[in-house]
Amino acid sequence: MTIATPDAVEARIVEALASFGPDIEQVTREATFEELDIDSLDLVELAQIVEDDYGVELKGDDMKNLKTVGDAIDLVVARAA
Amino acid sequence: MTRRRVVITGVGAVTPLGVGADVLLRRWVAGESGIADGEGACRDFVAADHLSKKELRRADRFAHFAMVASDEALAAAGWGGGELPYASERIGCVLATGIGGLGSLEEQHDVLRDSGAKAVSPLSVPLFMVNAGAAALSMRHALRGPAYSVGSACAAGSHAIGTAARMIQTGDADAVVTGGAEATLTPLARASFVSASALSPSGISRPFDARRDGFVMGEGAGILVLEDAERAAQRGAPVLGEVRGYASTSDAYHLTATEPEGTYAAAAIEAALRDAALEPDAIDYINAHGTSTELNDASETKAIKRVFGEELARTVPISSTKSAIGHLLGAAGAVEAIATLLALRERVLPPTVGLEQPDPELDLDYLPLAARPFTPKGERPLALSNSFGFGGHNVVLCLEGVA
Repeated sequence: MTIATPDAVEARIVEALASFGPDIEQVTREATFEELDIDSLDLVELAQIVEDDYGVELKGDDMKNLKTVGDAIDLVVARAA
Repeated sequence: MTRRRVVITGVGAVTPLGVGADVLLRRWVAGESGIADGEGACRDFVAADHLSKKELRRADRFAHFAMVASDEALAAAGWGGGELPYASERIGCVLATGIGGLGSLEEQHDVLRDSGAKAVSPLSVPLFMVNAGAAALSMRHALRGPAYSVGSACAAGSHAIGTAARMIQTGDADAVVTGGAEATLTPLARASFVSASALSPSGISRPFDARRDGFVMGEGAGILVLEDAERAAQRGAPVLGEVRGYASTSDAYHLTATEPEGTYAAAAIEAALRDAALEPDAIDYINAHGTSTELNDASETKAIKRVFGEELARTVPISSTKSAIGHLLGAAGAVEAIATLLALRERVLPPTVGLEQPDPELDLDYLPLAARPFTPKGERPLALSNSFGFGGHNVVLCLEGVA
């Protein structure tokens, strides 16, 4: 398991999202999932990665409220603390 | 009411002979083979050259082939640039596959076994479902008419084209994007076909040759754009040919073996000719199923003789596309229809590659080794394309080329 420092979580999430389709420069904290064309299936994959790396389990209800990349980073950092 | 005529306005292919329909015919006519190390892999196909990162990871290899071949077919039909010539809900999509996304299924099964259920990708089902190719083409080109997949193993590609033609004839659609796609060069598929004694131990595809010992597996896709002839003419569409006839029957005989006398394959040939309102003596060329298995090539020969009679059968040139690319399973019938249409247009009869030692039991004109030019018997050239599948499925298309 990796230590969930905010920087590490941000780097990991940005890398994961970029692997799903968008260019890595587009994946900023402010970018919305809608803008990035990241859909519910992508978010399930993101949750699998986050659980593998940080032991943080994200459920469907958690994911539903995420709008931006920053939301996802903050949620994982908060849960991992 | 007279039946609506169905024309082919564009084709596209990804095959072991390269990316594109024209390269398939050109290299086949030259007697080249796309088979290496006992398999017909699409070695020239680099998916990332054609598809985005998102498209790559959200579709199996078989759907990648279909998407790329469909881009070529739609562009050839003059549908390029996202402009559809008909209302989107009047355009259907019928895509054949033998198995679907087998590579993805095997991968995810490995994940399940090694890492547990929670690690299985949420993309698994959309990757491996049998209709994934049809869904991908529907979404890619905004085709909103009837879209689904047909499955009848190695006969599926021809079933798709026949089904698509019927869809237009009955008025359920004005145009249909159809064909087949397959990508099963995987450990499980190899082992399964070897276990069924279907694959060639020598790794050589030589239909109708005395030394034939099984089929060689290939992969790829062939896509055709079919349109109502009247509407196609109104919009000044390029026409490559017409689906004149289609029929299918079933052997109800054995899981994998063809009925040895070719009785019901012959019935399908007869019915396809009847559907086209043609007599056997009008046919310029037969694109055989010609798998290079002991049984198929013998029973197919009998089926042709049964319909044409011994004497006429000997005068009809026959060849097998599988001699050049191997057996593309669910994509085979579609790729072979495309090769046939292009051959009719070019007035050339492509060869059965590798047919060096004729089988004394098989005594028809299988176009051994070298292509031959031809002059159509009538104003427009006419061909039959046979496809037979595990499960006893027999499908025959009657295709007409351009004048």
